[in-house]
This record gives sequence, C-alpha cells and structure tokens, in this order.
Amino acid sequence: MLEKDIQKTENVSATERIRNVKTFVPRVDIYENKDSLFLLADMPGVDENTVDIELEKNVLTITGRVENGHVKDAAMMYSEYEIGDYERVFTLSDRIDRDKIVATVKNGVLRLELPKAEEVKPKKIAIKAA
Amino acid sequence: MFTPGIWRFRRLSDTMPEMLNLQREMNRLFSNMGQKSPQEYPAVNIWEKGGSAVITAELPGIDPEKLDISVSGDTVTISGEALRETLAEGEIYLRQERGIGNFKRNIQLPFQINAQEVEARYEKGILVIVLPRVKEDLPKKIKIQ
Repeated sequence: MLEKDIQKTENVSATERIRNVKTFVPRVDIYENKDSLFLLADMPGVDENTVDIELEKNVLTITGRVENGHVKDAAMMYSEYEIGDYERVFTLSDRIDRDKIVATVKNGVLRLELPKAEEVKPKKIAIKAA
Repeated sequence: MFTPGIWRFRRLSDTMPEMLNLQREMNRLFSNMGQKSPQEYPAVNIWEKGGSAVITAELPGIDPEKLDISVSGDTVTISGEALRETLAEGEIYLRQERGIGNFKRNIQLPFQINAQEVEARYEKGILVIVLPRVKEDLPKKIKIQ
C-alpha cells in the first residue's frame, strides 16, 4: 500500500468556502452494472444529516460536513490526521434517472445508487435480414 | 533566476548570517519532509483528558464486531478488517480507491493503562478509545511540611 493512499488528500478547489475548515477528497469506489452506477465514499465523521448530494446536469457533487471531530474538553497531544469536511465532484458520462437515486450512510461510508436513465441503457438492436 | 541581493558584493561577515539563515531554512524544509511521511493505518489522534488518553481513529466502513482492541501494560493494539464489497455478476469497477484489507497497529502510551476501565465506541466511522491511567501510576501530590 502506498503512502499517499492511506493519507487523507486535501482538496484543492478553485473556489473558496465560507466555513473556515479544510476539505478533503473522500476516497471512492465506483462500479456499475447495466442498470445502475454505484458509488461508495469513505467519509468518516459524517452521518445522514450532514451529507449532501447534488446532481446538476451531469455533475455530481458530494459534500460532507464533520461537526464534532474534536474530543470534548480534551487537549490534543499528538496528531496524524486532520479533521475537516469532504467534497468531491464527478462528471457523469451516463444520463441518470435522478428521481430514483438512493443514498445511504453507514459507519462513515456513503453509498449512492444512481440508476441509469431508460434511454441510455444499452439496447440490443435486432438486425433484419435484407 | 537569482535575486540581485545574493550577488551584490558584500563583506563576508555581512553575508554570513544570511548563509546560516538559508542553511537553517533548508534543514527545516527537509526535516519536515521526513515528518510528513508516516505512517501506519489507521492514522490516529491522541488527546488528553483528565488523566486519561483518548485515541481517535478514522476507520470508515468497518464491522465493529470484527474490530479488535487489546491492552497490555502501556500498549494498545487495534486490529481489524475492512469490509470488502463483493461484486455481483455483471458489475465492474470503474474506480477503486478504497479498501485496505487487514490492519494492525500498536500504540504505546507514556503510562500504564487501566485495562479494566478502557472504553471504546465506534460511531460514524470513527473509533474512540478512552484509556485511563492506572491509579498507582498517577502523579502524587507531595505536601510540603
């Protein structure tokens, strides 16, 4: 395992954010079958109330807010990871049926199911004999 | 490329502090580079709270049943296995960045841990372990007669 893979990667975004916290790029797995696209994102510290998913045209934006990453009334003695929000933007190549998107968060992992729109599903074209 | 300042003629005694400064800066740069490259998985933050140490670690998507925390003396060991997604027939990966498989990490604290009173919880993908210090190990207040 490479070092860069286990380290959190900080977001380098062109636009500045209002909240003065660092944002990180969540690591994702994306897989698909012929009906849907599935996306899993590691976002430790977020739950269903603090994650936001937006799909505009073909741009999918995932944001997660980490609210209480600090231990209450405790002083930090040693630090290997930084606490901050998450943000990542994807451009989707397939058309997505936005009404049927299913999102769940469990144990700090966001799971998105993005069903492909009917018209872009591969269709078998029957060839007629001439 | 070079600022004129460096090439401007000066006596050696004048340029010396500048050179030393530069050397210090370079050392700092390289020593930081070394520090920035740990590390074991999972990354931890350690906090201090009223005589206890609190370890937090980011472990998204772990089955808490399969997470193993053990304490012996002044060392705490965290080991476990990340859940793996098994793909069904006809599903293909387009991108795979997650998943670290098995992991194990020992963390040594500067005091003996009271193993009986260790608490751990796993919420939102973050593991929090509270490790109290052994009573006998706590610093004693000495009264001046």
